Amino acid sequence: MSLAIRCQNLTKRYDGRPPVDAVRGLDLAVEDGECFGLLGPNGAGKTTTIEILEGLLQATSGEVELLGMRWGQDDYAIRQRIGISLQETKLAEKLQVRETLSLFRSFYDQGMEPAEAMEKVSLGEKARTWVGKLSGGQRQRLAVACALVGDPDLLFLDEPTTGLDPQSRRELWEIIRDFGRRGRTVLLTTHYMDEAERLCDRVAIVDQGRVIALGTPRELIASLGGEHVIQFTVAADPQSRLIRAELESLPSVETAITEADHVSLAVSQPHLALPALLAHLESRQLELASLTTRHASLEDVFVRLAGRSLDEETSQ
Amino acid sequence: MNRPSKTRRPWGQGPLIQIMLSRLREFYREPEAVFWAYGFPLIMTVALGIAFRNQTDQPIAVDVDNTQSAAAETVQETLEKAPRFQVRLKPLEECRIRLRMGRTDLVVLPSTGADGGYAYWFDPARPESQLARNSVDDALQRAAGRKDPLATQDKEMVEPGGRYIDFLVPGLVAIGLMAGGLWGIGFVTVDMRIRKLLKRLLATPMSKSNFLLGIMLSRLVFMIPEVIVLLIFSRFAFGVVIQGSIVAVALLVLLGAFAFAGIGLLVASRAKTVEAVSGLMNLVMLPMWILSGTFFSADRFPDVAQPFIKALPLTQLLTALRAVMLEGATLTSQWANVAALLAWGGISFLLALRLFRWQ
Repeated sequence: MSLAIRCQNLTKRYDGRPPVDAVRGLDLAVEDGECFGLLGPNGAGKTTTIEILEGLLQATSGEVELLGMRWGQDDYAIRQRIGISLQETKLAEKLQVRETLSLFRSFYDQGMEPAEAMEKVSLGEKARTWVGKLSGGQRQRLAVACALVGDPDLLFLDEPTTGLDPQSRRELWEIIRDFGRRGRTVLLTTHYMDEAERLCDRVAIVDQGRVIALGTPRELIASLGGEHVIQFTVAADPQSRLIRAELESLPSVETAITEADHVSLAVSQPHLALPALLAHLESRQLELASLTTRHASLEDVFVRLAGRSLDEETSQ
Repeated sequence: MNRPSKTRRPWGQGPLIQIMLSRLREFYREPEAVFWAYGFPLIMTVALGIAFRNQTDQPIAVDVDNTQSAAAETVQETLEKAPRFQVRLKPLEECRIRLRMGRTDLVVLPSTGADGGYAYWFDPARPESQLARNSVDDALQRAAGRKDPLATQDKEMVEPGGRYIDFLVPGLVAIGLMAGGLWGIGFVTVDMRIRKLLKRLLATPMSKSNFLLGIMLSRLVFMIPEVIVLLIFSRFAFGVVIQGSIVAVALLVLLGAFAFAGIGLLVASRAKTVEAVSGLMNLVMLPMWILSGTFFSADRFPDVAQPFIKALPLTQLLTALRAVMLEGATLTSQWANVAALLAWGGISFLLALRLFRWQ
């Protein structure tokens, strides 16, 4: 299978005092037809990375190849075959949806008719509505339609569902899945782990400008050692009397992580682990304050690898 | 992945036409923008036309110092035989203030000398003050018995083409083209930059020169109605006629719009904020507002400044427009100005294309 995106040892330094290393040696290999996600907290370097791949930013060093072509040599040919939705673009408010798509369509040698693009993102009824009168979700769908109208082989979406309501997010996911079903490649960035989990064939977890984990969502979750998570807190004297090694020796518990206010256990078989945990707490004379069990998610993978949760900003 | 070879899009769906259409639609959907582009120049023409309309018998305001009331009243009586003199008797101090504030054109001080003559107090820098001094002197001298050795006749020039309003209208057309080109393009471009729309367009295969050309050409299209409305209005309200060919005027208008659209693009090519672009616009336009001779002839500035003044695009456009509109000159006789305007537009466009900041 050939590669849609290949990048090696990508770095980006923003000059300033002090200089900021947004990307520090990042490798990616995205296969044709894949839906690939860059998952990471805000400030991890996702947008810098995607904008370098899109040819909008110059990398400080490293190599990028898109569809077998390179920026600086085949720019026009690459632009004809990729579609882009930036993190924030305010399209002209006084143009109609249809007019906006006709404008974007005019830049491409081939592509779909504006009506077809509107149909794909379910904006057919809004054809003659001014962009300024669309809701947030409709605007985001229009932004994606502008990326689709040139019928690209490779689609870049930077935080496509940030700030949208759950219904709008699901609609966008369906649009992206539909694009993928036609054998096209998608690279998207997100800081929503559920988005990456449901949408992406493979995910690269990015933190501080590097890929810290790579694989299918299932593989990444499996790497925790258990597909279930037991999260609990104890009353009064907190985790001090809990010893990690002891927790990890309980039956079926693979790993234990102590966070500020709670303890998470990665568990393969909760029905074995739970009774053992309760017995252990009783023997230590600790009172359970809360307990939940759930399926493990990419969030847990990130916490395990980065030692903090996804919604915390990266501190520089 | 094999892709079919390039297929030609229908004419109206090509990128240049689409960029122009988008700009035109956005413009006509913004009522304030339409008003400022088309209504404002008209209001200005009306206001200036009224202020400078030809008044055949303009009244002359004369103050007479009433310290010596008998002599002052004699002066008033003599002057008021001619209705154009508006005479007021005032104390000397008040006369002085009124002259300084421009409320009166002349102050007459009667009988200061032993021989019963007059002293005139006027401002030599004000043409109407000079005029008042000479007219009043004539009237008083004749009343005192002066006989003019030569018989003279007065004939007034009120023919269309020679009045101030005729001089003014080409000037208003030209500054309309300048302000429209600079403000219109400057604000729109910076706004698109702030909204990251330029960055989004850069991410498509759109040709950069098509984009800049589309912005310029759409400006040209906006300007046509503005100029037509202004010319038709001046024709019917003030009787301003075009002596030369309409085609030549139309070509000059397009050329002027092209030159200023190019300059507007260049001025806006780097600015990141509306404030920055406003400052630059003012910096570029101010010398032309003052020096190019919109409201009075630029010949009045000193000779050393003339080469600089002649190099300004507004001067070139004004000179050519006035020559064609007022003197019926041909476009070929204005070839130097035409070439200069073409160069301004073309070079600005090419520079803007190189310097343009897309994100």
